[in-house]
Amino acid sequence: MRTDQVHMADSGKLLSQLADRISYLIDIKGNSEYGNIGDLLRQIQGLRQSLFEIKEADLFEEIDRIEDRVSFLEDRVSEKLSPAEIVNIVRSPQRFTLMDVLENVYDSYTELGGEGDCNIDPAIIVARATISRRVKNKLYSHQVMVIGHEKGRGEEYRNGGCARPWGNDKALRYMMVAETEGIPIHFYIFTPGSYPIEDYPGAAQQIARNLYVMAKLKVPMVSFISEGGSGGAEAIGVSGLRLMSSRGYYSVISPEGAAAIEGKIREGEKVPRELVEYCAAQLKITAENNLKLGTVDRIIEEPLLGAKRDDFPFFRRLRYEMLRATDEVVLKTKNFRAFRAYALKRREEEGKEIPEDFDLFISWNLTDLEIERLLEFRLKKYMELGKGYFLEDRNVLTEGIRKTKIFASKTYYDLRYGLLRPHHRNVQKVIEEVSSEGSVFLRKVTEPVRAAYDFVFPQPERPGKVVHSEGPDERKSIFAEEWESYVSPLANEDCTVTCPNAAKYGCLDLWVPDLYGEFCGVCPNCGHHFPLEYQWYLENLFDKNSVHEFNDHIASCNPLGFQGYNARLKKDIKHTGRNSSMITFDAEVWGLRLVVAMLFSNFRGGTVGVAEGEKFVRACDVAGTTRRPLLAYIHSTGGIRIHEGTLGVVQMPKCTLAVREYNDNGGLYIVVYDNNSYAGPVASFLGCSLYQFGMRSSRIGFAGPRVIRETTGQDVPPDYHSAKNALKRGHIQGIWDRREFKKNLHDALTTLGGPNLYYK
Amino acid sequence: MDINLNDLLRRYRSHPFEDYPVVTPHTGVVFLKVKEGQTVKGPGGEWLHRPGTLLYVIERERNVKRMTALWSGQVSGIRLDIEGQFVEAGELLFSIRHQLDKEEIIDRILTQVLYILPAPQRARYFLAPEISAKLEQKPKEGVSVESGDDVLIMSLMKRDTVISYEGVPGALYKVCFKSGDTVEQGSPLLGICSPDKLRYVQKVIQRIRTEWEK
Repeated sequence: MRTDQVHMADSGKLLSQLADRISYLIDIKGNSEYGNIGDLLRQIQGLRQSLFEIKEADLFEEIDRIEDRVSFLEDRVSEKLSPAEIVNIVRSPQRFTLMDVLENVYDSYTELGGEGDCNIDPAIIVARATISRRVKNKLYSHQVMVIGHEKGRGEEYRNGGCARPWGNDKALRYMMVAETEGIPIHFYIFTPGSYPIEDYPGAAQQIARNLYVMAKLKVPMVSFISEGGSGGAEAIGVSGLRLMSSRGYYSVISPEGAAAIEGKIREGEKVPRELVEYCAAQLKITAENNLKLGTVDRIIEEPLLGAKRDDFPFFRRLRYEMLRATDEVVLKTKNFRAFRAYALKRREEEGKEIPEDFDLFISWNLTDLEIERLLEFRLKKYMELGKGYFLEDRNVLTEGIRKTKIFASKTYYDLRYGLLRPHHRNVQKVIEEVSSEGSVFLRKVTEPVRAAYDFVFPQPERPGKVVHSEGPDERKSIFAEEWESYVSPLANEDCTVTCPNAAKYGCLDLWVPDLYGEFCGVCPNCGHHFPLEYQWYLENLFDKNSVHEFNDHIASCNPLGFQGYNARLKKDIKHTGRNSSMITFDAEVWGLRLVVAMLFSNFRGGTVGVAEGEKFVRACDVAGTTRRPLLAYIHSTGGIRIHEGTLGVVQMPKCTLAVREYNDNGGLYIVVYDNNSYAGPVASFLGCSLYQFGMRSSRIGFAGPRVIRETTGQDVPPDYHSAKNALKRGHIQGIWDRREFKKNLHDALTTLGGPNLYYK
Repeated sequence: MDINLNDLLRRYRSHPFEDYPVVTPHTGVVFLKVKEGQTVKGPGGEWLHRPGTLLYVIERERNVKRMTALWSGQVSGIRLDIEGQFVEAGELLFSIRHQLDKEEIIDRILTQVLYILPAPQRARYFLAPEISAKLEQKPKEGVSVESGDDVLIMSLMKRDTVISYEGVPGALYKVCFKSGDTVEQGSPLLGICSPDKLRYVQKVIQRIRTEWEK
């Protein structure tokens, strides 16, 4: 109970604190109706106004009553928080931000790349910070690079923690600085998502670049997620250990966005609150959900209603957990097992209480060998993400056969291209050199004899032998023969269609059998590409009978138990006859063997889930083992599949790491975008390719026009996502015509790529 | 440039409309989607990317085309007899009577009265210093220009090119850009009016601005 010694001056402060607590409850519940919180707030406002008119004893009695009520309500609310309420906690202006973390977790810090609004992107903060630990009364300091989102305290320039492409670029630049200096990186993710604009080099392209670099960054990295909004979170999220705050959320899409899609809400219309709450629950976005799914490694406990800006015990815990997590990432790379086991064991034994002292000092410097191990562990960790959340024939026999096949194939190709080929090359080189030198010597000896022989027995001149090259010029026209083999069923319609550019270029109406037959779906006047089904490419892009699908048994499932998703999957499986939206196969292009991963639109809009990610990673493995080039042909992709939640999101770094591994081993990874390619996949394993091409009339970007309008409040020009604009901003390297796809692809395969391709 | 401004003004006052005929682009069966007197909207959005009101549908070879309004206005003279009928190309279906607002009328009058100097290419433009100084000193009286006078400076890639006026002598009536602005190729830069009509044009424009309702 409050006593008389509390002065009147304190009552104002108490009322202010109570008002903050009530506002926080209103933020969490999303309205002021719960438990008549609105009335309590009004009562406080009334007390504030009549502060000096009420007797002190009455005032404190009233304050006590309200405080009891607020505490009761806080207890009630914290007993069972719904996912939507957790989202509200994260979005509350009273929640801690990165600046609070820098102030309270680190001993000192220097902000790099701008301060406040004088910053290339104030939504991203980079700081060189010092964090210290006490070991046996001795203080040890570590230098770290802190990179994260700053939501701010309502400042407009912070943009709510939504990083623009140049903000992510800034983050990337300082990651490389950390790598140069050999200091660990602490990532703090406080973003509702990346800002969906296509300014240079485009939101998606920049995230992909970040992921590609982070895949092999030679420093220990630890990330902490408070608000993990899909692609924006991944842009600075690859790490050896992923921590998450207990009242944070990590999601593939905002609950509002998911609700708009699920409820088919028209643009500008209000999304019903119940639907948002339903989607928040369906998406499995809470820390517990993510830990269970394996998308984060550890939860850092917050107070029951979430940590606020002045929650100093929480900052103490966070400091301890960041130190401990970095230790773990470092220790895993150490060779001396006993020490490693001891240190890790000690950490596990520790109870919930945070110790004042650490048992030992662990240096965060790594040797070259340890860096190699660090990268290996990172790759291994990400390859395990999502395992078990897709359907696969787990029969012991088939699994055994599959593993044997992989082993045999690996042994064969290692022997053929890894061992014998360099040897063969060396021998060939020696033979060539010896024979050319020998021929010069022999010629000197035999020349006079040959001259005399020719003089005595003159030979009639013979025409030179014609060498039939396999070059592209010798190939038959696609109009002569190939299109006759497979004609799109779209051509069966006896009608005409109008080119969308008719008003601009005066294109005449096109007769459909001509358009989809002889013209390959291309307007002969302006070159507009009409969409064609993916089967057309399977039949016309690759050599006859060269397509051999693999891993077609891997099937999408419903890992989150998203209501209604099973039925949709079943429908698409029945409709397409396939188990996922990705087809992986071996094929040949004019005799040149390659591995292809194809995303097609008919299955859940070409979205990427766990099965698709796994198939892509396995395709990378196959391409790497067989030393074949890897083509990702994107017939269409709508992004990461929201029904698979963060399991889908983690496919972004997972597949990017697989691509990086493949590229670094001297392969050739080409991406070709067709029709519409948006969001997560473009912002990761597709966008990270060194060679990306767009088909004419294709659209490439991060978010669609509606999302951009709703997020930025600005309309976008109709050609905002066109391949031409993607080329202009440096996202893709060229625009291909469908009629010359095969030739262009063959040219690219023969001219580009690393030294380890089987034909090089 | 023998234009009777009084007649022009009278004509716009009595008939402040522009009738845009809506004709079929090709043969086909027509289904009208508007009624007589209906107000229709032209393309909208910053890039005019949102199509206007659906006017009619024309079907040829099972290709159904939705034809939308290119101008805002009211539908007039609709031919209901052709509803559902096969028509030839260029068949008049109805007109869209577009009411001209005063800015449109001023633009039209000025287009007829003034000699327009367009931008030769996309660049930054500045008024020549002499012209600029004269305009500052006597903004209301106008600055007279003759053929061969240096009127503009085109600045492109740090290279300044002087542009001389080639046209009828007259007074500089309108400067369509702000000094230092980047102007797209073909966009008007200057409007020059013959000296005898200058005051009269100014008066007419003033009258339109003050007296016209919309």
